[in-house]
Amino acid sequence: MPDSNQPLLAVEDLKVHFRISKGFLFGKKVGAVRAVDGVSFAVERGETLGLVGESGCGKSTTGLGIIQMPRPTSGKVLFDGVDLMKIDSETLRRTRRHLQMVFQDPYASLNPRLTVEKIIAEPMVVHNLEQGPAVRERVRELLRLVGLDPRVITRYPHEFSGGQRQRIGIARALAANPSFIICDEPISALDVSIQAQIINLLKDLQEQFNLTYLFIAHDLAVVRHFSDRIAVMYLGRIVELANRSDLYDHPKHPYTKALLSAVPLPDPKRERQRERIILKGEVPSPIRPPKGCHFNTRCPLAKTICFEEAPEIRDVSGHQVACHLVQ
Amino acid sequence: MGEPLLRVEGLRTIFQTGKQVVTAVSGVSYSVDAGETVGIVGESGSGKSVSMLAVMRLVPSPAGRITEGKIWFRGRNLLELDSAEMRAVRGKDIAMIFQDPMTSLNPVLSIGRHLVEPLKLHLGLTPSQAKTRAVELLQMVGIPDAANRLNDYPHQFSGGMRQRVMIALGLSCNPKLLIADEPTTALDVTIQAQIIDLVKRLRREFGMSVIWITHDLGIVAGLVDRVIVMYASHVVETAGVDDLYENPRHPYTLGLLSAIPRLDTAERTRLMPIPGKPPDLSNPPKGCPFAPRCGFSTADCLSEKPTLREVAPGHFSMCHLELSKQAFINLREVRVNA
Repeated sequence: MPDSNQPLLAVEDLKVHFRISKGFLFGKKVGAVRAVDGVSFAVERGETLGLVGESGCGKSTTGLGIIQMPRPTSGKVLFDGVDLMKIDSETLRRTRRHLQMVFQDPYASLNPRLTVEKIIAEPMVVHNLEQGPAVRERVRELLRLVGLDPRVITRYPHEFSGGQRQRIGIARALAANPSFIICDEPISALDVSIQAQIINLLKDLQEQFNLTYLFIAHDLAVVRHFSDRIAVMYLGRIVELANRSDLYDHPKHPYTKALLSAVPLPDPKRERQRERIILKGEVPSPIRPPKGCHFNTRCPLAKTICFEEAPEIRDVSGHQVACHLVQ
Repeated sequence: MGEPLLRVEGLRTIFQTGKQVVTAVSGVSYSVDAGETVGIVGESGSGKSVSMLAVMRLVPSPAGRITEGKIWFRGRNLLELDSAEMRAVRGKDIAMIFQDPMTSLNPVLSIGRHLVEPLKLHLGLTPSQAKTRAVELLQMVGIPDAANRLNDYPHQFSGGMRQRVMIALGLSCNPKLLIADEPTTALDVTIQAQIIDLVKRLRREFGMSVIWITHDLGIVAGLVDRVIVMYASHVVETAGVDDLYENPRHPYTLGLLSAIPRLDTAERTRLMPIPGKPPDLSNPPKGCPFAPRCGFSTADCLSEKPTLREVAPGHFSMCHLELSKQAFINLREVRVNA
């Protein structure tokens, strides 16, 4: 039975590997892209967990792994105490009602051939939540909730701007009354002056409906503003997880430090005084990640042990850090 | 101060499709001094990229046309040059690097071919001299094992490495002016830091002017001497970088600065978005282009377009009102409490 003291979502040692085959038709497996390679975290009810990292670090795949699209390679995804990895696809389909997603690209994530009404009503129809005229009434209510004029229900996605489309995507995510929403880069396709509108909307909705968010983004300033706790990913693994102020004010992992120092600040005086840690090289391929710590090829501090043993994630003064060298 | 390196006067660029005319750049003027780095900030559709394509005479035609204005570069009006003369300027005196390093390199030419060609064409180097210089350029932008990579093709390089190749290409003929159009937008933040670091170093070594087009107010803060803010095809504000961030005078600039969350503040004050969306440029508002979204607009603003005027030494703003930062803070209080 669901227990309100346990976290709404707990992910344990999640791995999502994509098989690489060689040969025509009946290819044999020659390797795997280790997109997510042993990730564990929990999200408490009503909180926002930020998941940050650079492209290819596995943050979006982690989000997709949670909703079982595709089914992860191994690990546990406990949603309200139920392991989504173990349930059959029909039970999973019913559970997904509580687990919705808002996508990055508002141009690609709305079906161009459906009206706004059909798009937003779909989750209600799929999950049998409303019937007949009540559906339209609920669509109108959702549109008002996300700040759109309810009269737009007969229009098609191409008639809206990026920001408005993202509002439609949010209305669709809310249609089934979910408790948990995964926001995958919800504002990165939008202009600066529009981004703040969507951030404020997501915050208001969280308060109003006591929503729990997993907020996936690469913009560290936005994540700081939006999240309660933040997990930093690098090459398929979490390297550091801490409260927002701890993480930003006292980063422990060398990658977190470098990442934060790379973000330009909108303040000319401080920018000139800042010491920047410029990382050498690039992220290695997730097909052949380095032995030991995944960050060892770029880490300015790496020692012999870092090339031999993968660091376990451990508690260091309130932070969870995966680094041999942090004391 | 003598004549600036680049002086743009009353530039107007339109795009025509059927009967619809979109004014992408309407009467824009600015200048860039020798050795100066200028940032052009604006959102998509503000005209920042098109105004730079106009300088390169690369506005896509026949839809796009420069209808008015002068572009003075080292004593010559670039708009009066014939195409052969313009070709001699492009790539040699003025170089441009683009946002997407994936599509700006020719996929069927090796990196060596890309680099050698302008060296032979503009500087008259022999094939072997050009090859030696190409290797030097790749080393300069930090590509490891440069000599062996000349025969590689663009797809064999990562995004950050391709942008380095683009920069090497841009700098190959020692240009006087480098125009960088969102060169780091497609890159990750740690790679962006590498590229910015590289451009800062090279700009010192080459003593060139740089125009950096971006929507990121953070990048501009640490990189440029002066900022030009564009909105809906107009320059709405321009000032020295410190002055602009400390004492912004145009409501749009003020709005942008308070709409972005900051990495360096712990307080979680509510963001203040700019309401609405940018105007439709095929049917622009009669008065100030920002008036429909501005919290301060008066009847004048809706009927009459303001001109860009000097509000403090070297600080220009296109606004009817004399606004201070305090006025904006007051407005913010009113809005947030409402």
